[in-house]
Amino acid sequence: MFGRLTQEAFVHEDSQNMAVLSMLLGGIMLMALLFYLKRWRWLWEEWITTVDHKKIGIMYIVVVLIMFMKGFGDAIMMRIQQLFSVGDSHGFLSAGHFQEVFSAHGTTMIFFVGMGVVFGLMNLIIPLQIGARDVAFPFLNAVSFWLFTAAAMLTLVSLAMGKFSTAGWLAYAPLSSLKYSPDEGVDYWIWTVQIAGVGSTLGGINFLATILKMRCPGMQLMKMPIFVWSSLCALVLILLAFPILTATLFMLTLDRYLDMHFFTVDGGGNYMMYVNLIWAWGHPEVYILILPIFGIFSEVVPTFSEKRLFGYVSMVWALIIIAFLSFIVWLHHFFTMGASPNINAFFAITTMLIAIPTGVKIFNWLFTKFRGRVLFTSPMLWFFAFLLNFTVAGMTGILLSAPPVDFQVHNSLFLIAHFHGMVIGGVLFGFFAGFTYWFPKFTGFMLDEKLNRYAFWCWMAGFLLAFMPLYMLGFMGATRRLDHYAAETGWHPLFAIAAFGAFIILCGASIQLFGLFWSIKHRKKLWDHTGGNPWNGRTLEWSIPSPPPIYNFALIPVVDQIDPVWAQRDQRQDLSERKYEDIYLPKNTATGFYIGLWSLIFGIAMVWYMWWLAIISFIAILVLMIMRLSGDDPHDKITATQVQADELAHRRGFQI
Amino acid sequence: MSSELSLNEIQKEWHGSWQSYVIGLLASLSLTIISFFLVITRFFAAPILIYVVIGLAIAQAVVQLLFFLHVGQEERPRWESISCGFTIFILLIIVIGSLWIMYDLNERMMPVEMETEMLHD
Amino acid sequence: MSKSLTIHHQDTLEDHPDTRSPDTHQDPFAKTVFGFWLYLMTDCLLFATLFCTFAVLHNSTYGGPSARILFHLPTVFGETMILLFSSFICGCSMLYALRNAKTKVMLCLIVTFLLGVSFLFIELSEFTDIVQGGHSWQDSAFLSSYFTLVGTHGLHITFGMLWIAVMIAQIYRLGVTTNTFRRLAVLNMFWHFLDVVWIFIFTFVYLMGVI
Repeated sequence: MFGRLTQEAFVHEDSQNMAVLSMLLGGIMLMALLFYLKRWRWLWEEWITTVDHKKIGIMYIVVVLIMFMKGFGDAIMMRIQQLFSVGDSHGFLSAGHFQEVFSAHGTTMIFFVGMGVVFGLMNLIIPLQIGARDVAFPFLNAVSFWLFTAAAMLTLVSLAMGKFSTAGWLAYAPLSSLKYSPDEGVDYWIWTVQIAGVGSTLGGINFLATILKMRCPGMQLMKMPIFVWSSLCALVLILLAFPILTATLFMLTLDRYLDMHFFTVDGGGNYMMYVNLIWAWGHPEVYILILPIFGIFSEVVPTFSEKRLFGYVSMVWALIIIAFLSFIVWLHHFFTMGASPNINAFFAITTMLIAIPTGVKIFNWLFTKFRGRVLFTSPMLWFFAFLLNFTVAGMTGILLSAPPVDFQVHNSLFLIAHFHGMVIGGVLFGFFAGFTYWFPKFTGFMLDEKLNRYAFWCWMAGFLLAFMPLYMLGFMGATRRLDHYAAETGWHPLFAIAAFGAFIILCGASIQLFGLFWSIKHRKKLWDHTGGNPWNGRTLEWSIPSPPPIYNFALIPVVDQIDPVWAQRDQRQDLSERKYEDIYLPKNTATGFYIGLWSLIFGIAMVWYMWWLAIISFIAILVLMIMRLSGDDPHDKITATQVQADELAHRRGFQI
Repeated sequence: MSSELSLNEIQKEWHGSWQSYVIGLLASLSLTIISFFLVITRFFAAPILIYVVIGLAIAQAVVQLLFFLHVGQEERPRWESISCGFTIFILLIIVIGSLWIMYDLNERMMPVEMETEMLHD
Repeated sequence: MSKSLTIHHQDTLEDHPDTRSPDTHQDPFAKTVFGFWLYLMTDCLLFATLFCTFAVLHNSTYGGPSARILFHLPTVFGETMILLFSSFICGCSMLYALRNAKTKVMLCLIVTFLLGVSFLFIELSEFTDIVQGGHSWQDSAFLSSYFTLVGTHGLHITFGMLWIAVMIAQIYRLGVTTNTFRRLAVLNMFWHFLDVVWIFIFTFVYLMGVI
């Protein structure tokens, strides 16, 4: 009845028990708060059953923040372990637990922070920037979100029940095969990633259809904001790369559940094929994470230079070329697996080529600022941090792309420093810039700028302290994923500096979290009184009120150039002349939430071999799908008079 | 709703016709029969046979894409055709790339003894 | 900074060549068809990965039987014919839907369903024969990849048949409406796509296996 689940699964080390307890406590406190404020109904009707892209985007960001705390907690544990686990001491984590921690850290950060940021921002910004009222398939959008959340919850469940994978964030075969990882860990990993992957693929389809088919009149492709272009390129990568992940994980699942021999050591299995396929997905994946971030900076930099983006056309082509090239470089992740020099050389060259269009983008941002009026707001500070750290890390990437160098530093801390420079210096800093930039659009008030700056300096200093030593450690021979090392290596001082850097980052992140609540508390003081465009932005999202009405645009705009909103606020026509129409919006539905819930149950059932439960939850998902796809797709109507009244009220509101 | 179309208008958006389906069926039928015939009778020697059969398969896939799936008949901008072309392009890169890599890796890295191992069981 | 008017609305704008709508087909039908087409593209990549793996592993028989021994071409020919005709008949259901001929649509769908059942029956018999001959998917990489590739196609066919059954019920209840026409069109795309995949299966798995 309970498959292979026994009481053993609930016995954990102390540190893990603490984590589980704090999770449960946090959950109980949240529920108590909701009861006290009598907000259950509000939560259900406004958020859980919504199909509105803006709310879904906000929910993505909320899940990202929660999962970031988990992933960052994992990072701090690793830093502390490597600080103390020298010579005779073995730190506070057992070897097995340490392996779970680094596997969970990578999985959480890539799939739930990285992809969550990408889909969260795409949800929030794309429909607004293309002048649309929603995405192409609003219900599918909700399903994608709830699958994402279900997968995240499955990772958290693994904290309390059983163990997570110890095979790293990519679960290489044959370590991840049944023979070498017989327990539930890898299965947790498989189902988490598989469910999240389905959500991402569906989201990819949705946003691709949205961008290609729902742009407002006049917005030809070469007039779209660069954020939309960067998202378009990332979406093509999502569409074509994620199925590879789905198929590969499917085969690993078959190996583990039905005793097949795709990637096993016996039976003719070929585990090198696993590495090949997983990176054929894995490389496009990292470009999926970074391309929208490039798009964010292409929005932020011109706004805070008070100058149009330099070289729009070359920016677009750079994005397209980067996206294409990202499909022909994947072998550089396994130069050392033993391919012949010809093959290694081919992929080395293609990898180096990617630096060129990336360089074009960096120069274009710099040329945008040249002779502009640069405002040093915190988004701009994040841009400078990105410029420095991403470029340096990118150059170490070029170093790594030379197979002779890679043979020396592959899987050392040099590699870890490189890719953390890309994801923290690139993805995370870009996310922070975008979060600060677009926060007033969705809330109506700004984030406290002073706290932003304190947080920024902590992150900047902390990042350098935490990761520059890792480059040196890599050269000195320190490999990744080490839970203990000998004192004679002389590595300890550098690990100490890195731990200190992590602590500084913790201060920065804490200030950010505190700043969020502080800004909410003092929102009246931070209110945006400009009527929706506090930064003097150029793209369509700045032409509507903050927060936007549920239908986004009272009238679908017609544009005839790039940067349509260029501070022409005195263009208000007499509102009585405008012809408003009734607006139809899709009704809220709980089906998306239930599909996510049953997916979570399905994942748990499959991990613990509870076949009866797996079958029931699978059928439940099918039934929900069929019911939804047999129904009428009901809509709510907002009358033209109501829309007009809303518009008048908003105008009156900021005419003061 | 302003974007709602009537059944009639939607039916005009769909691009099938009796001719396209009959042509598609007959062409696919012929290509399939030829393929099987060539292989069962070993009409050509091995390498040529392989290329011919692959060619016939691609031809039939194109036939079915055009006559059953109506690719290329959508209104401009032809996103379905563009996405189909690009998908096939990337697919070829990944499949051919993987085969190149794996063939090379198998040669250099896979132990030779494994094929003879099972004989002892 | 540009001084020209930048945000207009349809009713206040004179004709300007650059302000055409980028896509005149933004209705649910066109959007759904395109969205589903994108899903089929992802399915292409999924099958491509399975095909690629089969190509890499098809010689890894681990001392067991190879394709030449296991595959029976006449059976495969039968399956191919059944699937091809089912693809054609499914298309006919759309042609009748154009004329709002509810009964003929249902008839075509029922025939398609029955052909699908026959296909699955033959395929399952084929699988059972192989397994009962002592060669299961647990025995070698070749057999694992064969059963998975062909089995995944079979799973898709099964889902397609569930979909056909649901559509038969919907057409029966509602007749040909904007919703059911759209869903029929998308079902057709799916069913035709599965036949295209089958072309590559019978070529690369069965025909090549025997050469």
